[in-house]
Amino acid sequence: MRILKNLVLLGGLGGGLFAVLWGLISIGVLDDYTLQILCTAGLNIMVALSLNLISGFTGQLALGHAGFLAVGAYSTGILLLAHVPFPLAIMGGALITALLGFLIGFPALRLRGDYLAIVTLGVGEIIRVLIINLGEFTGGASGLRNIPGYAQNIMVNNPAAFLWIFPAMFIAVALVANLIQSSQGRALISIREDEVASQAMGVNIFGMKLMSFTVSAFIAGLAGALYAPFIGYLAPGGFDFLRSVFFVIIVVLGGMGSLTGTILSGVGLTFLQEALRTNAKDWSQAVASLFGTSTGGLTIDFVPMSQVLFGLVLVILMIFRPEGLLGTKELRFTRLFRGAK
Amino acid sequence: MELFTQIIQQLINGLSLGGIYALIALGYTMVYGIVKLINFAHGDILMVGAYLSYFVLTTFGFTPWSLAAAFALAVFGSVALGVGIEASCYRPLRNAPRINALITAIGVSIVLENLPRVFPFIGSDYRNLAVPSFFENITFGDITIIPIKLITLVVTLVLMGLLILVVDYSKSGKAMRAVSYDMGASALMGISVNRTVSFTFALGSALAGAGGLLYILNFPQLDTYMGIMPGLKAFVAAVLGGIGSIPGAMVGGLILGLAETFTTGFISSDLTGAVVFGILILILMFKPSGILGVHRKEKV
Repeated sequence: MRILKNLVLLGGLGGGLFAVLWGLISIGVLDDYTLQILCTAGLNIMVALSLNLISGFTGQLALGHAGFLAVGAYSTGILLLAHVPFPLAIMGGALITALLGFLIGFPALRLRGDYLAIVTLGVGEIIRVLIINLGEFTGGASGLRNIPGYAQNIMVNNPAAFLWIFPAMFIAVALVANLIQSSQGRALISIREDEVASQAMGVNIFGMKLMSFTVSAFIAGLAGALYAPFIGYLAPGGFDFLRSVFFVIIVVLGGMGSLTGTILSGVGLTFLQEALRTNAKDWSQAVASLFGTSTGGLTIDFVPMSQVLFGLVLVILMIFRPEGLLGTKELRFTRLFRGAK
Repeated sequence: MELFTQIIQQLINGLSLGGIYALIALGYTMVYGIVKLINFAHGDILMVGAYLSYFVLTTFGFTPWSLAAAFALAVFGSVALGVGIEASCYRPLRNAPRINALITAIGVSIVLENLPRVFPFIGSDYRNLAVPSFFENITFGDITIIPIKLITLVVTLVLMGLLILVVDYSKSGKAMRAVSYDMGASALMGISVNRTVSFTFALGSALAGAGGLLYILNFPQLDTYMGIMPGLKAFVAAVLGGIGSIPGAMVGGLILGLAETFTTGFISSDLTGAVVFGILILILMFKPSGILGVHRKEKV
């Protein structure tokens, strides 16, 4: 009964939000640019969710999710360029990434804590280096170009992308939410709380970690798969360590072990990053004109400022509020309806 | 003969590069040994040392005195920065879960990499340092030795020798070893843990700062992200040698330098990153305690 209520609630909520957003798009309140940021936010949330599953709920810090994103994106990009049907190419990208996650997880998950963090970092770098060196196949350092979009007409690519990305994100949220509420999910949380005690209770630590890691890779790969036709052009430089760290920042800010926290901070940080990026030039010019450019050019470059800000957010959060915005709590929408019984 | 000369050539280059990696790796391994923290910002301290010496060298030119001044500024600047970071960012988290400290270190690293880009006198452009050739190239038959590589190797060996003297024979070194063995018991024995941890960060940062100067003398191009790759590679060196082990960091650094120059020389310079991280994954799979590390059983 509870499960049914959950499903109805989740479906209703997602459908409602989707209908509102879609309505705003079709009457033209949300312009194409905002829509593009919304799609980016959706993809960021998917990757951050997958990272939260392995790092927040299972307690194994991974620093290579940009690598998974890259594998998903490149696989789908290559499949699409080879004229594989669209839904197959998307699923293909996600499944290839999941397989890779499974294969990497096998040796890597025998390690603990910070060693695992470093190995995943290393794997992310290896993936990037391999993409650069695979020549024609991946387009090398200059990138993979002219990937077919969601729509034939480039003008409506963003709304078409939204039609795919939003439901996919919703499915990812539902998948992770149901997983962590299942008995396997409780096993994952027990690993985070105390690995040794959990093992003593009979939890198959390695198998559970591997499952969590593979699901995580699948979701991150799905985000990558949806990213390729959305953006149309893939360059290996976009999948570096700093990208992985951006997802860590989303998860940490929202709260390691909170899905709603990840969604909130995913939307917030995507918009913040975009605002900083588009306004940085203007601010730099404002400062320059304030002090006068003739005096020897005291210009302050605000472009790297967003990175500085993100770094500071990490440090300050860890010192003063290590649990992030929501900690392991969730915003529960069932509460809204409980009063009206 | 051709192959033989090439091997000797790469051997010298590799040992010289490996020396620099070993210097950085020592900082990682000492810090990890004592507070169990992978100090992600360590590579960026190399960057700061490099910039400090760059400013001295471009202002005063290349004289023995300016080189000495660059060395001193790089070392002392790095020490101040390293100790400051530890006191302000890592100390509050000493008893927090290790993952939290690791995330903090990543945050510190991002700030160090990007904050200098905001200011116009550093900025985000590449800078090149015109290093004069101090001496004639030394040639033995077909083999050409670039003197700066030899100087680098000698300087790193001297610095490592000094470090061993400090750690093995000074009182602070003894305190370091005690704290890394058991922090709680050392505190009970009257050792100031905070001071010892600061001292460890000071030693590690000094080596990284010196490494920064040596790095730009060998690879004379600077930008604020330059510390990331040497930092990561040095970390791999530390793991390879056995993290927490000082001789291990030296051996690991030299092996990694050789692996990198041989990959560059015989396969492709694009693949060095993959080879280095491949080594890391292999060593973690088959011997996670490293070549010279000690495997400690976890007690519950």
